[in-house]
Amino acid sequence: MAAARRTSRSRARRSEDAGVEDLLAAKEMVIVCGTGGVGKTTTSAALAALAAVRLGGRVLVLTIDPARRLADAMGLTELSNAAVQVSLDGIETEARGELWAAMLDTKASWDDLVRRHAPDPATRDKILANPLYRNITARFVHSHDYVAMERLHELRSSGDFDLIVVDTPPSRNALTFLDAPARMKDFFGGRLLRWLTVPARSRLFTVASKPFYQIADRVLGSRFLQDIAEFFVLFQTMEAGFVQRAHDVERLLTDPGTTFVVVSTLETAPLVESRHLANELAARGFHLGAVLANRVLPDTLRSRPGAVAAGKLKRGAGALAEELAPLLGEDPGRIEGVLAEAVARFEDLAVVAKREAERLSELRS
Amino acid sequence: MTAESASGADVTAASPVSPGDLLARRLLFVTGKGGVGKTTVAAALARLGAERGLRVLVCEMDAKGALADAFELPSLEFAAREVEPGLFAMAMNTEDSLREYLRIFVRLPLITKLGPLARTFDFVADAAPGVKEILAVGKLCHEVRQRTYHLVVVDAEATGHVISQIDAPRAIQELVQVGLIRDQTAWMIDLLEDPATTGVVVVTTPEEMPVVESIELIETLRSTTRVDVAALIANRVLPEPFAGNEERLFETLAEQGSPAHDRLTEVAGAAVDQVLGAARLAARLRRTGADHLATLRAAVPDVELILVPELYARSGGRRTVELVATALGEEF
Repeated sequence: MAAARRTSRSRARRSEDAGVEDLLAAKEMVIVCGTGGVGKTTTSAALAALAAVRLGGRVLVLTIDPARRLADAMGLTELSNAAVQVSLDGIETEARGELWAAMLDTKASWDDLVRRHAPDPATRDKILANPLYRNITARFVHSHDYVAMERLHELRSSGDFDLIVVDTPPSRNALTFLDAPARMKDFFGGRLLRWLTVPARSRLFTVASKPFYQIADRVLGSRFLQDIAEFFVLFQTMEAGFVQRAHDVERLLTDPGTTFVVVSTLETAPLVESRHLANELAARGFHLGAVLANRVLPDTLRSRPGAVAAGKLKRGAGALAEELAPLLGEDPGRIEGVLAEAVARFEDLAVVAKREAERLSELRS
Repeated sequence: MTAESASGADVTAASPVSPGDLLARRLLFVTGKGGVGKTTVAAALARLGAERGLRVLVCEMDAKGALADAFELPSLEFAAREVEPGLFAMAMNTEDSLREYLRIFVRLPLITKLGPLARTFDFVADAAPGVKEILAVGKLCHEVRQRTYHLVVVDAEATGHVISQIDAPRAIQELVQVGLIRDQTAWMIDLLEDPATTGVVVVTTPEEMPVVESIELIETLRSTTRVDVAALIANRVLPEPFAGNEERLFETLAEQGSPAHDRLTEVAGAAVDQVLGAARLAARLRRTGADHLATLRAAVPDVELILVPELYARSGGRRTVELVATALGEEF
């Protein structure tokens, strides 16, 4: 727990330099995106902690990542749909605001959604009991995308928080997440839903001759198609509510109070992804507030004097070892070995630091 | 099509790897938290298999193109291509998989008319859970069953999503009562749940979050599926700069104000502290990593843990794959 907090604190300190604090002060919702493994979750937690400590107000950090990592980053044992307050004691004793954390519970959120949009209790219960519904909400990829957007909208319009920091799934995934409202609208307007929800008998006469339905029947089984149809007939009763919400959520993403932060390390693959992500965000008309380079090695590793010292130490290691051996009561061979090892480790890290510096300047251009 | 292009390959002869070896399995799902080097490890395992005389297929599931990058190719297609001797690579595509499926199992001659049909089907697959997953997993299982390859290595989805893929046949079996797809789940399940045939390889790095996620993934795999966890691979393990006593000796040399440190400063200049600081950073990183790996070992004591050292490689590409394959080969 303490370790997690310390990490959050040091990340927060570093991010000050990039002027992120101003961004946090100006926005109401920060959506943190990035490819896997760049420290997105920790960064989200750190940004939220920074805002709570320095700027005050009630700050919420929300993870919609199906792999539940935020609790770890916050040093909490568990997170749920309900926001829980995180103690800032380990970070700052004189914090100005409050830090809250929540995770997207896909199943519970879908259930809420159905309860809200179902036209009557009977339909609601039928949907909640439908086996396909249960599978869609609990088991399969991407079902969390739409409901995540929905939850975001709800939290934002609840007015309970001054700032919401959102930790998203890895980048290509984050895009499907952003596109979820549009897909939901397409879905309700699409031909598939119309066909699926045509009463079974008339479907048989009008479309049975088309090869698609013959094959679909044969491959998937007509019973399964029927199950799907039933589910969507029920689902369609919620169309108006869903489509309205999808519009609202889309508006929320382009709202002036919303900004996107892309997190990246300075390795090749994450940088390529980050560029792609930044371009896609721009293409969608979203506000890119900052690109955060995480886990950057210290600049001192690239300094000329450091390299000179390493060279001198390498050349002088043998003589130094002989000289220091009686002083330390050590074997000269071991001292020489330790000095050589120190130089080798410096050289390894210096190469990585140089590579990072070059990539950082490419990123800035 | 893969099956045809590879026909005539005799993979039923005695396998060139010894039984019990990871590479003696027929189907390996390589997964892990995003960013840990999953694709590189998948490519390296496949390459190692090919180097040892196996005929290997490696397949990318998420269409991000990382596997193509690993082999320095502009892109990979659904139809496998030989990227190294004995090593074939493909990218999963559910539409092509459906096409192949319909051709083989439904014996549908209307390949030319399949365009709009496949698009519509794609839409059904979007709406009906598990259909896309089973088309992908089904293709892989098909390759294993056809014995076109000794080994199929899957660069699978990241930890959050891999279970819905591996578990798709069971999910479909529960959801779908009749039909062709349902009929085919039984043999897929047999194949996936046989530990001699199929295994999950979980890749991690010696960092906190990847380790936590790997432990969670293995717990979930074991509680919700019957697919065997074959190995854990810790990637980018830092070298140990100083063994036991040597670290104490290093600290003596590096201690500010000590006679030894004064001498080092006289010989190498004040910037010697930057060198010593880097060595200390390396030692600290290594120690933190070792702690995380110890946590992993304690949580999953019954799965083999294979270490791949940090390579300080410039980028991805063939060279990195080769280096990781060599490192893995030394561990096996």
